[in-house]
Amino acid sequence: MASEQLTGSEIVLRALVDQDVDVIFGYPGGAVLPIYDALYQQNSLRHILVRQEAGAVHAAEGYARSTGKVGVVLVTSGPGATNAVTGLTDALMDSIPLVCLTGQVPTHLIGNDAFQEADTTGITRPCTKHNYLVKSIEELPRVMHEAFYIAKSGRPGPVVVDLPKDILQAMGAYTPPNGGQHKSYRPQVKGDLNRIREAVALIAEAKRPIFYCGGGVINSGKAASQLLTEFVRLTGYPCTATLMGLGCYPASDRQFLGMLGMHGTYEANLAMHDCDVMINVGARFDDRVTGKLTEFSPGSKKIHIDIDPSSINKNVHVDLPVVGDVAHVIEVMIKEWKARQYQPDQKALAAWWKQIDQWRSRDCLKYHQDGELIKPQYAIERLYELTKDRETYITTEVGQHQMWAAQFYKFEKPNRWMTSGGLGTMGYGLPAAMGVQIGHPDALVIDVAGEASVIMNIQEMSTIAQYRLPVKVFILNNEYMGMVRQWQELLHGGRYAESYMASLPDFVQLAESFHAVGLRAERPDQVDDVIKEMIACDKAVIADILVDKAENCFPMIPSGAAHNEMLLGPDDKAKPVSEEGMVLV
Amino acid sequence: MESTIERHTIAVLVDNEPGVLARVIGLFSGRGYNIESLTVAEVDPQDSRSRITVVTTGTPMVIEQIKAQLDRLVPVHRVSDLTMQGPHVERELALVKVVSSGDKRVEALRIADIFRASVVDSTIDSFVFEMTGKTDKLNAFVKLMEPLGLVDISRTGVVAIARGKEGM
Ligand SMILES: Cc1ncc(C[n+]2csc(CCOP(=O)(O)OP(=O)(O)O)c2C)c(N)n1
Ligand SMILES: [Mg+2]
Repeated sequence: MASEQLTGSEIVLRALVDQDVDVIFGYPGGAVLPIYDALYQQNSLRHILVRQEAGAVHAAEGYARSTGKVGVVLVTSGPGATNAVTGLTDALMDSIPLVCLTGQVPTHLIGNDAFQEADTTGITRPCTKHNYLVKSIEELPRVMHEAFYIAKSGRPGPVVVDLPKDILQAMGAYTPPNGGQHKSYRPQVKGDLNRIREAVALIAEAKRPIFYCGGGVINSGKAASQLLTEFVRLTGYPCTATLMGLGCYPASDRQFLGMLGMHGTYEANLAMHDCDVMINVGARFDDRVTGKLTEFSPGSKKIHIDIDPSSINKNVHVDLPVVGDVAHVIEVMIKEWKARQYQPDQKALAAWWKQIDQWRSRDCLKYHQDGELIKPQYAIERLYELTKDRETYITTEVGQHQMWAAQFYKFEKPNRWMTSGGLGTMGYGLPAAMGVQIGHPDALVIDVAGEASVIMNIQEMSTIAQYRLPVKVFILNNEYMGMVRQWQELLHGGRYAESYMASLPDFVQLAESFHAVGLRAERPDQVDDVIKEMIACDKAVIADILVDKAENCFPMIPSGAAHNEMLLGPDDKAKPVSEEGMVLV
Repeated sequence: MESTIERHTIAVLVDNEPGVLARVIGLFSGRGYNIESLTVAEVDPQDSRSRITVVTTGTPMVIEQIKAQLDRLVPVHRVSDLTMQGPHVERELALVKVVSSGDKRVEALRIADIFRASVVDSTIDSFVFEMTGKTDKLNAFVKLMEPLGLVDISRTGVVAIARGKEGM
């Protein structure tokens, strides 16, 4: 029996529906017009028309990270695809599952420098988990399903499917998903039992332990965060998280030491430095976390749970790697802990906590909100206090404001915090917030922004207007590329080359021109009112918070320094940064 | 930290799909790994699989990374470190063109004979030798040919296989 014949475009859409997709972020163009034509004639998939393809990818990232689903992007060939490259790289670095469909010139024109031709699979090969150029209608259904399987399984990441226009118009048969069979790709989900047992024994013997948790916990799914929380509480050990891991353990809990790394807390970094057993759960020893590698936690035995074998021993040698999915591994660890009735050394643990509490009492995040200028930390703290009881999702741009948000906003649950960690992409936050809002229409979604970053994708205010998304943009406006200015102050003799943002727009008027509401706070006593008004408003809002322009983000581990060489505040004089440190980013 | 540079021969079984070689090469260049030699050919036409043999150098930590990164590529079926796994055979083939006359020509032929290289083309004043062997042996042969009128070399790069009965 001949099976039903569909066009390539129809096959694409059928596959999306079967992959449980309900929204696509995209921008049309010649090569993908057949898909848009098919979209027009159906009702199962919603399409969100962005204003620039970069916006589509970041929106899909925000959607994916907040919902746990795969984000889907649809762009045209050539410039459509190249505009997507930054977002794809961002998603690769932060392990965000995306499927990006790109149009391509018809097969017979590939290689001829045809109009809007780009070697999309060539360009995106190093910035995707995998990519495909579909060369026949027969392979199209399989490739579509494979793309989803690869994007979401194992260590998640972006997958590009490049679709020549003639394939979209050809006729062929559709085949449904095969349940994730792949001939060569088989991620390891379950950890090796003996390794896990060894690890648990080592954990139980620790005198100065610490859990160091990363984005892998979030990626592993909600259950992973619950299991991790259970395990951490079971042991009574301290726990810290990376920028990407925030929310995997409740931030208000006593056992949580705050974020670690370059702008992490004093207690988290010193505990990392002095621990005897480090339990890395889904983190990757990134240079922002380790500081100077040769002095990174010199005396500890290190356990590393990661689904990606290439993360093991990449930067830091570990003593006990466990390759597997966090949720699986921690679940087995809990069983093992209970079955063997492990009891931590309470005396040692008490001494360790005493030490940690002493570090904590330095109150490394303290700042002084006095005078007429709004301190950025104060603005975030008030934002947290006034939004914490709601279903709130925070995205950020990149810079000081991002670090202050990470330090001062307390995330109690996973998937509530969307930030560009690995790539540090300015312009991420606004479109990401848009994607989050699409996934959570009734939630409060706030982009904590810097005035420089937000301009990088400000065009998406127009998308926000079109779909009446009540996204809030909370700008800590210091009229500087603050993070750049801070490095120039601390490392380049205060020569502020090109970091001052002259001729900024009036953000209140800018909001209004995009059919949103503009608010402004200039004095500390206005902050609460602006935040309350912003929350109460059912439209999109840009809140322009004019903050102290000279404020720096502390604590800070200068480039090339070790965890115990942290600067706590403006009065702390740094050792001059080493030559080694100066070349680091 | 141990930082001795080691040389490893790694065999990679891949799906013979478009772009797979670019993925492997891009991985090496993008992450700054060395390639001393790289060969590739289809070995299983039925299942459309190719075998890539790559000779690389690095510290033990880098070699471990290289293998893990290769294994992470979607079309890669197996990665096997022949150097780590023990005894294996490595071979390379070279075609070497020598242009000379008189004594030099005679000497070239004599050395080729010692090295068991065969003559696959000859004119009045040139030879093309074909020679198979370990990389070192090929290097030695080429060196000896240099003063004897060496004009052109083409080498395949190393192919390798484990000794014993186990397949990859
Ligand atoms: C696309 C991109 N370009 C450049 C940078 C380098 N960079 C990092 S932070 C920063 C300044 C950000 O300024 P702003 O958004 O105002 O945030 P602030 O630090 O002032 O809070 C720059 C330029 C980057 N991260 N991303
Ligand atoms: Mg700024």
